[in-house]
Amino acid sequence: MNTHNITHPEAASEFLRNKERVQWHDETLWFVRYKRDKVVNEIPEWEQLRELASQIKDHTLSRLDEYLQEFEAAAISNGVTVHWAADAAEHNRIVHGIMAKHGAQKIVKSKSMLTEECHLNEYLEAQGIEVVDTDLGERIVQLNKEMPSHIVLPAIHIKKEEVGEIFHQHLGTEKGASDPLYLALAAREHLRQKFLAADIAITGVNFAVAETGAIVVCTNEGNADLGAHLAKVHIACMGIEKLIPRTEHLSVFLRLLARNATGQNITAYSSHFRKPAAGSEMHIVIVDNGRTTQLGREAFRNSLKCIRCGACLNTCPVYRRSGGHSYHNATAGPIGAILAPNLDMRKNADLPFASTLCGSCTDVCPVKIDIHNQLYQWRQVLTKEGYVPAAKTASMKVMAGVLSSPARYTFAGKWARKLLRWFPSLAMNKKLNPWARQRDLPEPPKESFREWYKKNSREL
Amino acid sequence: MSRDKILTAARQNKPALVPLPEMATFVFAANDLVTAFTASITKAGGAATVLGSLQELPAKIKEGWPDARRVADFIHGDSNTNASLLKEPALLDLVVLKGQLGVAENGAIWLTDKDCVERVLPFITQHLVLVIDEQTLVGNMHQAYGIMGKQNPDYGVFIAGPSKTADIEQSLVIGAHGPRSLQVFICT
Ligand code: SF4
Repeated sequence: MNTHNITHPEAASEFLRNKERVQWHDETLWFVRYKRDKVVNEIPEWEQLRELASQIKDHTLSRLDEYLQEFEAAAISNGVTVHWAADAAEHNRIVHGIMAKHGAQKIVKSKSMLTEECHLNEYLEAQGIEVVDTDLGERIVQLNKEMPSHIVLPAIHIKKEEVGEIFHQHLGTEKGASDPLYLALAAREHLRQKFLAADIAITGVNFAVAETGAIVVCTNEGNADLGAHLAKVHIACMGIEKLIPRTEHLSVFLRLLARNATGQNITAYSSHFRKPAAGSEMHIVIVDNGRTTQLGREAFRNSLKCIRCGACLNTCPVYRRSGGHSYHNATAGPIGAILAPNLDMRKNADLPFASTLCGSCTDVCPVKIDIHNQLYQWRQVLTKEGYVPAAKTASMKVMAGVLSSPARYTFAGKWARKLLRWFPSLAMNKKLNPWARQRDLPEPPKESFREWYKKNSREL
Repeated sequence: MSRDKILTAARQNKPALVPLPEMATFVFAANDLVTAFTASITKAGGAATVLGSLQELPAKIKEGWPDARRVADFIHGDSNTNASLLKEPALLDLVVLKGQLGVAENGAIWLTDKDCVERVLPFITQHLVLVIDEQTLVGNMHQAYGIMGKQNPDYGVFIAGPSKTADIEQSLVIGAHGPRSLQVFICT
């Protein structure tokens, strides 16, 4: 997915072609946001928890090298083999090396955005090894030869009828069946066989505790545990930013994560893996892949605090109406648009522009990342570095000029309203403004709020 | 070596030291922990019932799971029977385990690998029964980690509900890969 050249607006306009689906996608995600708000409001100390989480992460990043070493030493003394990967390619080679050593052919994997980022499945397939994704949503997109479109809801873009068709083709379910219960149970039977036969289980990591060397994995399905406990070898892949200093800090993050992600109080399973079981092996692969570079970019450092709850996607008006795949990056949505240019500015220069900068993402972020601000800053950086197409640069200069002067803003608004009434097609020009595709602009008001206020304020 | 490369880059690129905040202790507002715990576990798709005494458990299990044939009960069960059932954990209908503590705010129950007998048991069984003592209920996760946080088991897990998924159009399905039900008995 990372390799294609289609930009976010182009991909989004493709997504927007099916109006019904867009509306459904939009509403489904907004409902997740609503569920989040409901449980968040039940916790009186929510804001204090966010602040704590943010400070713990800030602190950890400021001593990252030390915590990494503390974690490594603890893990090694727990009998875990620790590997270090500078980039995606090295990560994939290490994982494959462990498999080769064991002659393993049957691999199960639970959800890990890092392995998506590294394109591990494709790499292993090229080596003749099949990896079975066991998270139901990930299995659906895997069978459909797609990438996840959301951090925690990988198949959120797929309708149940389509899941029915995918399962009919691959798992032999009844043609036309679309009942989620029936389909999920079919997947359960199919995946249980895979769990029982697996040689190696790969999992992601939600939190890595420096003082104990333990990793914590959160799932609702129990797939990480079924995989890791049944296979003889467990490989856990983590980015360097997953660290937290101490076990007690988990209390803060586990209170925040599921509530903010899906509106659950906690996931069904929060598993703490410290030592391999007798007769088993445990490996931890610690991956950089651009993260230390991001650590050095002061403006974007904060993005390393992300705990991948997905809330900024659910709340984003652009994500909800353009779909995860339009971001052509393993991590979609506002946070993906911050992380992606760090990896490749040229390929991902369009992503920070896929935002209205409304700030809703920043409002919901459990670790207080100033997401919309960072998107704005990326626009500046990418423009300065010459990665932004000329048309966008010109309009941005105009915008900057307009926004920096109240008089010019008033004047521009007046003329824009007139022009839009006289020539509405201007803003709807699909060449000049890709967002105009499939959208109707609301009727421009006859007067601005400022003009209206001037006229009416005396009467109020 | 990538290890040194990564550590050096982290050292060079990290910001000035930010102090580690003091952990706050938050109090759980509700006084009735049994009611709060029951509400949480019910919301998570499980169920909780108060038991007068542990002696009532075998009868409750017979009554609740009349069709369960392969039952590994690690509280009252016969150890020989359990040992032979463990040879094929994938065929287990019901597993009964004792949890160490329960958290009222989210319905989570803490078990270490010792409590699980085999790590895979609470995941592979078709149905799961967890028993906890009422006195072990705490309000929130801070209190929970305050009690078990220093244990440092080889493996430990908070279980809050049966296995579930909402990956098909956000429709909740109980029984994704793991247990299709979770019944908690709270012993007073
Ligand atoms: S940036 Fe914040 S809101 Fe977005 S996924 Fe990360 S933690 Fe969640």
